[in-house]
Amino acid sequence: MQPEIQPAPSPASLAREDDVLEAAVRWRAEGKAVALATVLETWGSAPRPVGSHLVIDDTGNFLGSVSGGCVEGAVVTEAMDVIDSGKPRTLEFGVADEAAWRVGLSCGGAIRVYVERID
Amino acid sequence: MDLALLTALNTERAARRAAVVVTHLASGVQRLVRGEDITSDPLAGDIEAAVRAGRSGVAGEGEARVFLNVHVPPARMVVVGAVHISQALAPMARATGYDVTIVDPRTAFATAERFPDTPVIAEWPDKALPGLALDPFTAMVALTHDPKIDEPALEAALKAGCFYVGALGSRRTHAKRMERLAALGLPQAQLARIHAPIGLDIGAANPPEIAVAILGQVIGALRKPAPAREAAA
Repeated sequence: MQPEIQPAPSPASLAREDDVLEAAVRWRAEGKAVALATVLETWGSAPRPVGSHLVIDDTGNFLGSVSGGCVEGAVVTEAMDVIDSGKPRTLEFGVADEAAWRVGLSCGGAIRVYVERID
Repeated sequence: MDLALLTALNTERAARRAAVVVTHLASGVQRLVRGEDITSDPLAGDIEAAVRAGRSGVAGEGEARVFLNVHVPPARMVVVGAVHISQALAPMARATGYDVTIVDPRTAFATAERFPDTPVIAEWPDKALPGLALDPFTAMVALTHDPKIDEPALEAALKAGCFYVGALGSRRTHAKRMERLAALGLPQAQLARIHAPIGLDIGAANPPEIAVAILGQVIGALRKPAPAREAAA
């Protein structure tokens, strides 16, 4: 049997425990189903910049943020559906949106978030 | 997202190389564009601009809309010389997002007291720089005025392709420096990349103002497209 080749350990600064994209790969390696949410566009005072990530596993654990806490709950719920269906979807949250108000994007901004499964 | 794509992206990020994930929004089809492949990509113009600005965003119209998620490593600044200008430069550079490291073998200068919150390496550049792994997202600022300290750092920075290489010193000092570096076998095209006298020409009159002039020049080198950069240099 061939010995398993281990990759060289990365310096701590480059593979931090809180690195969202590293966690996505790690969670998949642990056998979890994983979804990735990404901020596509923002308007007004959105707390997280375009390109920010939130990674969600099939039990609802998540790491990272797309809004600094305002809409993560709703994104995690949607991510469960995306994990089931495998179909990516785009979510919109903003003050003009009654549902978004309910989940609390009180900062006055609006964001569009892309949610996809890691396959 | 394909797991293989994500793994490849993480490899690029860990190696401090630029990479962009392009997502076609209508279909969800994705591809990874590595830094070295940008110029040959069909969206080269949009991707290059996004990487230079370090900003992700949507490009294109209607059915062709794509999301460009830009991953560039955090820019670093290595300052050789734990001098007065460096004491002003380090906090300013940190405030603009640079990871700053000070290198100076003179232990009287290279002290934690003089540089709170900034890592200081009290070693000669030959010893300190290999561990810092200079790369194209690193700026090299040489401020000791001492050829024995500055010049090995400049040589290493040019060879590593640092996006900015600058050195303190008058035109005359710099002309002599260029002769010595040329004698080491560095080609003229590389030597011409050294910004000297260092800093934007804003009539800076004291160390903090010189630090502003240097930081402004570093930011320009990172953010402006190459032709404009050469004209400004």
